Amino acid sequence: MDALYLLIPLSALGVLGILGVFAWALHSGQFDDLEQQGAQILEAEEGSVDVRQGRIAPDLKQSAQSPARATTENP
Amino acid sequence: MNANTTAVHYTDAPVRGFALAAVVWGVVGMLVGVVIAAQLAFPDLTHGIPWLSYGRLRPLHTNAVIFAFGGCALFATSYHVVQRTCQVPLFLPKLAMFTFWGWNAVIVLAAITLPLGYTQGKEYAELEWPIDLLIAVVWVSYAIVFFGTIGTRRVRHIYVANWFFGAYILTVALLHIVNSAAMPASLWKSYSAYAGVQDAMVQWWYGHNAVGFFLTAGFLGMMYYYIPKQAERPVYSYRLSIVHFWALIFTYMWAGPHHLHYTALPDWAQSIGMLFSLVLLAPSWGGMINGVMTLSGAWHKLRDDPIIKFLIVALSFYGMATFEGPMMSIKTVNALSHYTDWTVGHVHSGALGWVGLISMGSLYYLIPRMFGRTTMHSVSAINAHFWIATLGIVLYIAAMWIAGVMQGLMWRALNPDGTLVYTFVESVKATFPFYLIRLLGGLLYLAGMGVMCWNVVMTIRNGAVRAAPIPQLAHA
Repeated sequence: MDALYLLIPLSALGVLGILGVFAWALHSGQFDDLEQQGAQILEAEEGSVDVRQGRIAPDLKQSAQSPARATTENP
Repeated sequence: MNANTTAVHYTDAPVRGFALAAVVWGVVGMLVGVVIAAQLAFPDLTHGIPWLSYGRLRPLHTNAVIFAFGGCALFATSYHVVQRTCQVPLFLPKLAMFTFWGWNAVIVLAAITLPLGYTQGKEYAELEWPIDLLIAVVWVSYAIVFFGTIGTRRVRHIYVANWFFGAYILTVALLHIVNSAAMPASLWKSYSAYAGVQDAMVQWWYGHNAVGFFLTAGFLGMMYYYIPKQAERPVYSYRLSIVHFWALIFTYMWAGPHHLHYTALPDWAQSIGMLFSLVLLAPSWGGMINGVMTLSGAWHKLRDDPIIKFLIVALSFYGMATFEGPMMSIKTVNALSHYTDWTVGHVHSGALGWVGLISMGSLYYLIPRMFGRTTMHSVSAINAHFWIATLGIVLYIAAMWIAGVMQGLMWRALNPDGTLVYTFVESVKATFPFYLIRLLGGLLYLAGMGVMCWNVVMTIRNGAVRAAPIPQLAHA
């Protein structure tokens, strides 16, 4: 079963990779506030322009605390 | 000012293209499925024409429904969901259009080469090496577009649907490249890099994870966006959805050997495959219950809204298939079910029930919005489609359950002196009526897809392509 020498290390590497991504997600605060996130997709209706007003502020605050992500920067 | 805040419209052209392609390829793939179902009942149906023989059309059917119908639906919905939840247009829109043309070129090439008999002989990975190379290029482009879009997002949190889509894209890339490794002998002939039972193990590591990541994780991405959107309620427990994701991807990788029970594969590898298959029941049902409970407090929508019917009944089939699968992976059950039509029934309760219905429901949400409308041309036609399709699925899987268990029992029945009670052909003869019922079920499912196709055409004719504006940042 030489194929297992390929598949098991590949899968083990995969698990390590998954663990790495999980650690990144955890430490960059992706899961800090799970109460709000599920409802957010409902706010952004296509074509409406005012839906983000109540939401962008906490987003910015969080990204200021966490240097890992700075994609919410403003012009 | 970065590039994201200057873009004011979503990149919907590839979403539109893939959504329509999914409907068209759905009709084609299901039609081929009906033809081969008829061939099983009436073997001389195509008069021995080699291009229309069962052995060549069957891979055409599986490739068309999985990669053409399911694949295009996944491309469309992942491109749609990632833009809406990240609130940016697609990263490299031209590369996204390349994935559309590239993927459809793969489909057309498959539709030509498979009936001609060019095949690598690996289930769900039949396409010969030049097409495999094109798939690899398209898939890497897909990954660049998808993860590039995530990387340029304006919403800090990555919505759970994107995690599922991301896992599916990365894993399928890995599976495809490892399993399709082959040495070309000529333009349309190659030899696998692995031999014998090694090849079987690699093939089912691919095959099982293709089911797990292509047909499950990807469509769960759809589920976690379109059910909340259509129900206008957040998912029941967002926290559980995160647990669902990580538990599923940690366990799925190890369940593949259950496809090789009672073969030359070492016994311990079979047992590991069975164990992880049983573990998989927990995250699968967690996710299923989470999706269904999203309707908690608004159950009337299940009665009033045919799109919700599609999405929730899809989850019910997901729950059924993910219960049945682990049970069939238990070796003693597998001794009865292996190589019978029970397996075919199991696959189709997942494929028709889960993958098909969740795709159709998502497309019914997506397509009108891509053509400047809020609903399809005919809502009652959606309802009709739902009932026709559901009836078709029930006929199909019930027939295959009965046929499968009957075959398993007939094949293992022994006389007191140790000889077989039934010859193989007697079990084939006994299966004939169930093949007819299955054919009827498949015809109904195809008819439902025809209704959808008509509804989509009418929706587009009375719709208009409009660029969808991206909601602006508060200070932009």
